[in-house]
Amino acid sequence: MSNMRKRWLLAAVAAVSVPLALSACGKADKGGSADCAPYADFGKHEDTQVTMYSTVRDAEADQLTATFKDFEECTGIEIKYEGNGDFEAQIGIRVDGGNAPDIAVFPQPGLMAKFAGKLKPASEKLKSIVTANYSKDWQNYGTVNGTLYGTSFDANVKSFVWYSPKLFKEKGYAVPKTWAELITLTDKIKADGIATPWCAGIESGEATGWPATDWLEDMVLRTAGPETYDKWVKHEIPFDDPAIATALDRVGSILRNQDYVGKVSAIATTSFQAAGLPILENKCGLHRQASFYAAQWPQGTKVAEDGDVFAFYLPGDDAAKKPILGAGQFVTAFTDRPEVEAVRQYLASGVFFNERMKKGPFTTANKQADPNNATDPVIKLSMQLLRDDTATFRFDGSDLMPAEVGSAKFWKEMTAWIAEGKDTKATLAAIEAAWPK
Amino acid sequence: MTTATVTTDQPEPKAEKGPGRAGRAKKRLTGRTASLIALVIALLWTTPTFGLLLSSFRPEGEIKTNGWWNFFTDPAFTFDNYTQVLLSDTSSGRLGSYFFSSLVITIPAVLFPVAFASFAAYALSWIRFKGRDTLFVLIFALQVVPLQMALVPLLQMFQAWFGFEDEQKFIQIWFAHTCFALPFAVFLLHNFMSELPGDVIEAARVDGANHGTIFRKIVLPLVTPALASLTIFQFLWVWNDLLVALVFGNGKETAPMTVRLAELAGSRGEEWQRLTAGAFISIVVPLIVFLALQRYFVRGLLAGSVKG
Repeated sequence: MSNMRKRWLLAAVAAVSVPLALSACGKADKGGSADCAPYADFGKHEDTQVTMYSTVRDAEADQLTATFKDFEECTGIEIKYEGNGDFEAQIGIRVDGGNAPDIAVFPQPGLMAKFAGKLKPASEKLKSIVTANYSKDWQNYGTVNGTLYGTSFDANVKSFVWYSPKLFKEKGYAVPKTWAELITLTDKIKADGIATPWCAGIESGEATGWPATDWLEDMVLRTAGPETYDKWVKHEIPFDDPAIATALDRVGSILRNQDYVGKVSAIATTSFQAAGLPILENKCGLHRQASFYAAQWPQGTKVAEDGDVFAFYLPGDDAAKKPILGAGQFVTAFTDRPEVEAVRQYLASGVFFNERMKKGPFTTANKQADPNNATDPVIKLSMQLLRDDTATFRFDGSDLMPAEVGSAKFWKEMTAWIAEGKDTKATLAAIEAAWPK
Repeated sequence: MTTATVTTDQPEPKAEKGPGRAGRAKKRLTGRTASLIALVIALLWTTPTFGLLLSSFRPEGEIKTNGWWNFFTDPAFTFDNYTQVLLSDTSSGRLGSYFFSSLVITIPAVLFPVAFASFAAYALSWIRFKGRDTLFVLIFALQVVPLQMALVPLLQMFQAWFGFEDEQKFIQIWFAHTCFALPFAVFLLHNFMSELPGDVIEAARVDGANHGTIFRKIVLPLVTPALASLTIFQFLWVWNDLLVALVFGNGKETAPMTVRLAELAGSRGEEWQRLTAGAFISIVVPLIVFLALQRYFVRGLLAGSVKG
């Protein structure tokens, strides 16, 4: 009995000490000499702490904190980073509870605008950095009622169609330049024996339906044009305007077409993470999803123009017009201590973005960032598109719309439109009815 | 009516009737059909968990592209998910340190409410004072208030008066869990304690025992099953809690395993295959606690519901 107990104790001690030893190893390396020249602008703030809160977590969070290291060493500011998937709900509780983080990275400008009364406006210095480093559009997304609150953090391009370059090469397909070519290609893939040329999935937990809203936004940009899109997002035309119905019917020509996607209602129960993976097995040929889908491919998948998967720009009717749908996060501050100001300036500067891009996949609209630092070709392509002066960029409409629509009714109704085959007009009318008066 | 008078006169048939009814119920519940139904229900309920267990040993690519049942036709076995969750040196691993935070949160957050509630329940059931019943009803009425309503005010209070930082935030978490647990804990223990035979306590008092002694030597040993079941309830609740931990403790210092599990899958859920292994690691401790205290559990579930 006592022997038994001793053994248990030993096991317990072992279980306790192994992780302890491991965590000790992880903390070991601090210090070392960084090149402080690029950080001279941010000043010295010895022994200060800045808390930062965002939705970025796990591996991406590691890359982010690794990026901060030199900055922390040179300025003396410790950035206490915390990432949480429940950001949207938690930020409200924290702000109301008097426990707001110094720096918050908002995933949607619409949500950021809700907190505008509590956020600190950008200083003159920060404004000048932003004017120099971002295009007018990107400055505007961080502005609420004429005051700049947020600086763009990361960015992504949503107008992408993922495909298998191997399959394309084998069958001699070319990347389509117009919508008509895309449909011809789809029919060709079907004729060549792939039963479902398109794969799609819109399941995403509480946010189920968002990939379908991206589809609609992309189509509004292509069938109705950017001007109508802007009016639609600002609710200057009703949500169920005939132009929007046309766009949704265009989405339906693929997503609700059994010949292209197989069983339509299955799209609503396929997770967006897994939706594109059948491309790897040539079970489908095309998958429309944002640049960040690159992270979803299993380890060992080569993402490149000559690799296992790659993405092409989702074309419109006219090859000369290139509307791009995208989104991004915005850095804001709830306090204005000098060290917080320094971190804000740092997070809008080229030195941060270039270091961050070297650490791992990251896309940004910051002009100082060099696309050649990109870790994969899709990011490089995205950054080139983001800088392309001939392209018209538009921010993801559902992120800009009021939360009652943008992150609630829009998702739900698009899900019903797919899962239940709800009528196009009725779907759009239901979303229009939910718009706050 | 008539049977009632008969039984008062003749205790024998009543004594026979009791076991008879119970016996019939027992027969019905242990019969072959009943066992079969129970077995089917158990199988149905266990299948998803079993699937998850199998999945946790499958390679990433397999988990992401097909269902766990393919394991039988096309077995592929790996410990990758477990090593990634437990050992890898990025923040994608190191569940170990979060495991300790979970323990540091859970143990006091179970002991405090159980201790306070047993004191309160004793006072409410065996010490006579004015307004006792009103007080008990008021405490129980708090059960109606959802904890979500109290989050922001409680957080404001802590920020304004104490301004805890880093590891000190454990205090906030313990406090919040204790508050939210007390109404139910007091109710459960009160019902159990007030059913204790008054003679025993009277006798002790005649022998010169004060309330402290009675509580320690007589009441506590008699309510052990209720204490055990309350402990299990509270332990499982706190161990599985994400909301309170997110609101009252922020930062890596105080994050329990649930917080880690919630972010394990990555910013866009791209590593969700890890959740399979993570779920099984987090289940281990509650399982041990449940199995260790299980024999009290059924007894405790009935605590306060039947007159003894």
